[in-house]
Amino acid sequence: MIRWMLLILGGGLLVGIVHLATVIILPRTATQDAYARLTPIAPVNTVVALPAPTPEKAVMPFMDPAFASAVCRYDLSQGPLKLTVPVSPAYTSVSFYTRNDVAYYAINDRAAGRRVIELDLMTSAQHDQVPEDEEITAADRLIVESPTPTGLIAIRAMAPEPGLMRAAQAAIAAAKCGTAQPEPPPAAPAPPVRPRR
Amino acid sequence: MRLLFGTLFGLAVAAIVGLGLTHYALTHGAAFGGLTIEGWTAWPKSGTTDADPYVRASIARSGRLPTALGDGVSFTVDSDDDGKTLDGRCEVVISGITPTARFWTVTLYNSDGGLVANSTSRYGFTSQEILRHSDGTFEIVVAPRANPGNWLPTGGVERYELVLRLYDTAVGVSTKAGREVPMPDVTTRSCP
Repeated sequence: MIRWMLLILGGGLLVGIVHLATVIILPRTATQDAYARLTPIAPVNTVVALPAPTPEKAVMPFMDPAFASAVCRYDLSQGPLKLTVPVSPAYTSVSFYTRNDVAYYAINDRAAGRRVIELDLMTSAQHDQVPEDEEITAADRLIVESPTPTGLIAIRAMAPEPGLMRAAQAAIAAAKCGTAQPEPPPAAPAPPVRPRR
Repeated sequence: MRLLFGTLFGLAVAAIVGLGLTHYALTHGAAFGGLTIEGWTAWPKSGTTDADPYVRASIARSGRLPTALGDGVSFTVDSDDDGKTLDGRCEVVISGITPTARFWTVTLYNSDGGLVANSTSRYGFTSQEILRHSDGTFEIVVAPRANPGNWLPTGGVERYELVLRLYDTAVGVSTKAGREVPMPDVTTRSCP
């Protein structure tokens, strides 16, 4: 009797371990998750417009057909990223996902409160290196910290009516993401050319 | 020898049962923190870093990008208010009002999350294009054949699910079912 109880208990424990381990490992080994699906069509640190979902073909399942969408697959190893998204007439949102498709931040046009959503994306190590005074002077600059060095930014603009899809796509097309380059010093004015005598 | 075989057999059984449990949990949407209001279910936490391992695994497995909480919340329904599975050959009516949101959309998907082909290329409605009654309520008829008013074609598929997405809304992690979050009714009107 005790032997059977032990057997069942041990078996139950093993089942639990296998179950939990597979659930936890699955996101790291998934080959068809959103990031993997977008990798072949989205070059790193560039905004790529996604084709509208159709019954025949969709980049990802459960895409909202009322939206024009684009993604920026980012890699922060070369430095922080600058993102600018002009706001479309209806509703625009920018969502940030880690390498494992976990959403960690999102902002919409109303929360941004202006015509262009502008922000800097960096890892927490890069954020620490930002000089403090610079951070204060650039108080209007929104800084987002990414928990992983790579990930996805989903940029989406709504077309509340089919006729507004063009405007939504146009807003998305003007979005930009790229490594923040240090601003080039203002070009020195060319020395006046003296007429030769 | 008998002990060795017994142990190996036990290990194999445990592994199979464990994997089976994982498969079941991920295909049946088992996850913590689900918010069910009048048959519509959402996982507001799936759009945050608080997403539990089950939500993460099911997101990775399906290949979708979850709606981030700062963007909105998506509610899914796959059966009507009487618990009957939604059937694309029947006439189903979505009626009532939605919780407050700046915009919302209702979209019909097959069980793989794909849009369903139909003659009018209509896959859903947005809050702005819907026709409403004078009291602000609306009625969407989900049916295989054309209907007057807001007709959402099913293309005659056997099973489908409806996703109601609320954008820029106060509904979120701390929301509880109640009067402030009225969800539309889903009723099967007639079946052939």
